[in-house]
Amino acid sequence: MAFPHRPDAPELPDFSMLKRLARDQLIYLLEQLPGKKDLFIEADLMSPLDRIANVSILKQHEVDKLYKVENKPALSSSEQLCFLVRPRIKNMRYIASLVNADKLAGRTRKYKVIFSPQKFYACEMVLEEEGIYGDVSCDEWAFSLLPLDVDLLSMELPEFFRDYFLEGDQRWINTVAQALHLLSTLYGPFPNCYGIGRCAKMAYELWRNLEEEEDGETKGRRPEIGHIFLLDRDVDFVTALCSQVVYEGLVDDTFRIKCGSVDFGPEVTSSDKSLKVLLNAEDKVFNEIRNEHFSNVFGFLSQKARNLQAQYDRRRGMDIKQMKNFVSQELKGLKQEHRLLSLHIGACESIMKKKTKQDFQELIKTEHALLEGFNIRESTSYIEEHIDQQVSPIESLRLMCLLSITENGDARCSLDTHYGPEHLLTFSNLRRAGLLTEQAPGDTLTAVESKVSKLVTDKAAGKITDAFSSLAKRSNFRAISKKLNLIPRVDGEYDLKVPRDMAYVFSGAYVPLSCRIIEQVLERRSWQGLDEVVRLLNCSDFAFTDMTKEDKASSESLRLILVVFLGGCTFSEISALRFLGREKGYRFIFLTTAVTNSARLMEAMSEVKA
Amino acid sequence: MNRTKGDEEEYWNSSKFKAFTFDDEDDELSQLKESKRAVNSLRDFVDDDDDDDDLERVSWSGEPVGSRTRPGSFQSLSDALSDTSAKSYAPELGRPKGEYRDYSNDWSPSDTVRRLRKGKVCSLERFRSLQDKLQLLEEAVSMHDGNVITAVLIFLKRTLSKEILFRELEVRQVALRHLIHFLKEIGDQKLLLDLFRFLDRTEELALSHYREHLNIRDPDKRKEFLKTCIGLPFSAEDSAHIQDHYTLLERQIIIEANDRHLESAGQTEIFRKHPRKASILNMPLVTTLFYSCFYHYTEAEGTFSSPINLKKTFKIPDKQYVLTALAARAKLRAWNDVDALFTTKNWLGYTKKRAPIGFHRVVEILHKNNAPVQILQEYVNLVEDVDTKLNLATKFKCHDVVIDTCRDLKDRQQLLAYRSKVDKGSAEEEKIDALLSSSQIRWKN
Repeated sequence: MAFPHRPDAPELPDFSMLKRLARDQLIYLLEQLPGKKDLFIEADLMSPLDRIANVSILKQHEVDKLYKVENKPALSSSEQLCFLVRPRIKNMRYIASLVNADKLAGRTRKYKVIFSPQKFYACEMVLEEEGIYGDVSCDEWAFSLLPLDVDLLSMELPEFFRDYFLEGDQRWINTVAQALHLLSTLYGPFPNCYGIGRCAKMAYELWRNLEEEEDGETKGRRPEIGHIFLLDRDVDFVTALCSQVVYEGLVDDTFRIKCGSVDFGPEVTSSDKSLKVLLNAEDKVFNEIRNEHFSNVFGFLSQKARNLQAQYDRRRGMDIKQMKNFVSQELKGLKQEHRLLSLHIGACESIMKKKTKQDFQELIKTEHALLEGFNIRESTSYIEEHIDQQVSPIESLRLMCLLSITENGDARCSLDTHYGPEHLLTFSNLRRAGLLTEQAPGDTLTAVESKVSKLVTDKAAGKITDAFSSLAKRSNFRAISKKLNLIPRVDGEYDLKVPRDMAYVFSGAYVPLSCRIIEQVLERRSWQGLDEVVRLLNCSDFAFTDMTKEDKASSESLRLILVVFLGGCTFSEISALRFLGREKGYRFIFLTTAVTNSARLMEAMSEVKA
Repeated sequence: MNRTKGDEEEYWNSSKFKAFTFDDEDDELSQLKESKRAVNSLRDFVDDDDDDDDLERVSWSGEPVGSRTRPGSFQSLSDALSDTSAKSYAPELGRPKGEYRDYSNDWSPSDTVRRLRKGKVCSLERFRSLQDKLQLLEEAVSMHDGNVITAVLIFLKRTLSKEILFRELEVRQVALRHLIHFLKEIGDQKLLLDLFRFLDRTEELALSHYREHLNIRDPDKRKEFLKTCIGLPFSAEDSAHIQDHYTLLERQIIIEANDRHLESAGQTEIFRKHPRKASILNMPLVTTLFYSCFYHYTEAEGTFSSPINLKKTFKIPDKQYVLTALAARAKLRAWNDVDALFTTKNWLGYTKKRAPIGFHRVVEILHKNNAPVQILQEYVNLVEDVDTKLNLATKFKCHDVVIDTCRDLKDRQQLLAYRSKVDKGSAEEEKIDALLSSSQIRWKN
């Protein structure tokens, strides 16, 4: 239970500095607008902001009232308005409507827009068009790395996924490059760099440019983190589409972990209140079960409950002095543990109830069959039935995508099922992003490709045009799975208590592709021998390594690896790599554009009102 | 459960977990329940005083502020400012980037692009020849920063005719995708449609037009808009969906008007007993079918709101129809309707039970809708596969079915095992005992 790290495992760098930096910068920006002001904050920025600053800090810097940015007229009477927003067009329109309303009313105020993590030219263009350019001052709050845990940094940019992988907009690549630059400024250069995926390669190149322009800053510093690995989400959609069964992943799938904390409703807290709970390494109970397969969690919790009982029982037969000691020294800790324990037991209970109701067992069985590639017909009819029953549209979409990718586009039959007009746009998006790969007849595809490639002169666009890349993108999952041994051969029962490989995060049925790639490359310190896999991943032009001399890197730093997930990573992947780290004496640090799961991926693909 | 301590020890540590399944509801849940009881028994002692363990300090946004973070990470402001080590790393704490101005005209395309990436305002006006403009765009694309690509595109859009812009972008796919996304975001639908037309991307053109319906609130206007979408060059499959979408909304508008009237008049029993939770407008097809099975089940096929009419109009497959009707009627506990749904008559007039979705599914749906055991039992008995039948009967506590099936299988061991699961002194127990002591049965084990 909760395997300890090997004694030689390296220490993690202290990332709390990132919080301090972000806070200092925000304070500096607020001070740029001296005097009392009202602060309008975009909803998506509230949770990240909460993790680094609080109301009293804002008050200290003369923030008078706080408002949420929503599409309502502002009631603020302050002479100075400050907006803390993501660089989005709709925010600009909102601000413009406020400013223009003031102008009409003959009112003059000071306005400041703070873009986080950076401003976009398109936003400025809207300000200009709305006639308020110059009336508002603009600033940037480069808060792009939020440490959610000791080993997890999140950029909190869920829109990265849709913007890049669906729309092909590269606007966040510079943000990623800046974040990597900041990390190398703080924690020294990375002697070994690896990456796979088109976006990974671009982010890497842009980052390198940045470092060259501002050279000198990192030179001479000893590297603290020996390796960096960049990976595009579309290299491995399959893993992200699977139901999660490690505790942290299940909690995320069931209750949605948001910015490192979760809302436990009354059904979990067994009271009439909901509780907001931070989930990280400091929750001692959670820390021991987060990476466990769900089936191990009950046993652990009951053991823990009995230990706790025993510790409380000790107070019987204590004399006054011992009792005093007990109360002053142990009681608080015990109470804390008690509270956490009852929360996680409540959460487990609630998960069990929900999962039993939705026939989770059969769902998992279907997923495993898809991953292993047997009983396709049965799985297909299961999915069709799932769609018919309209259990949950998001779930059905997820299963269809899983079927389509694992079967390389043979999902026709289920697509034809009557699914209602409302998902027309979603389907089109899923196809464009390569999450649904319908089988196009070979000839048509080649014809289209050759016609288009004749037109293409855009060097940067690569050999075939992007417009058709998703069509051309065959998933080849089966072949990759075989090459990389993703389906472990098991004699007898897979013992989930003593996992033997990363497959334990999916009940022993499947080693996450993303994690397997990382493992293989780290083992070889290159892509050597993986050419065929890279080709099957359609990444021949986008797999890279870059090594510098390692003489300055300590052996400890060489066992620290920063993995960068572009487009999001799941808790299952994090758990799998933590496991790999424990086995090999590495420690992984995760940097993700956002923590994701199958439901978030699907939701990102649906169309809503503009 | 009154286990001795030793028993309990063994229970917790037994190897049952190896073959964990989420179906092992009893075992896993009872285990959880025990832990819960243990923890709860401590509550009296624990929950006496301070409730301020920081788990739940709610701030202005409803989020916990600084709860349970490392001590010291929320240092005071003065600490933060005097922390020199952090300050020296702080990037660009100088003047805000936006205030840099640069009107120099001497920057090369690559310098210009680099300055743009740094967020500096710099004029693009001097790039007047097409060649210069395209070179600027190419530099931006090769730098990979989408924000800069868009900045250049905004400039090109302003200074080039759209034909020239489109023509040049057609062969620059990366830039083209940025322009499309930009137009979507700022809502320049007209130019976007022009672009798709120019590129001859008819399907995207159609989808993009169709997408606009999401922004139309008024149901009648939305319906009229959908009408304009019919006949656009969608794929064959999508065309049918668009037609359906229009027909569906047209239906919903009629049903909604009618039912709202019925409901407010208060004369119709079904609406009085089960007031509608929401309007049916813009609901998916299956939801509409459910609604009509719920409120309009008995209507003749000729009416727009009758389930059969919906089924025919939208070619809803049999399975789908049965599933939906079953769920709706079970929810109303209309067991006769449920029965009729699965009863077919052959040409000799004999009735037969048939379920296109399989009776195991029927049982599950009935169970989800809290059907009583007598009803469940009836359908469990119709499950053909004996193992499935036995599993379902056990799961849903249809004792008679389990007992009879064991008897038919002549499986004495299983019957014996099941005896421990029924209540002591119950009729079921008696029935089992009678069977077990019967000399008529030739048990196989």
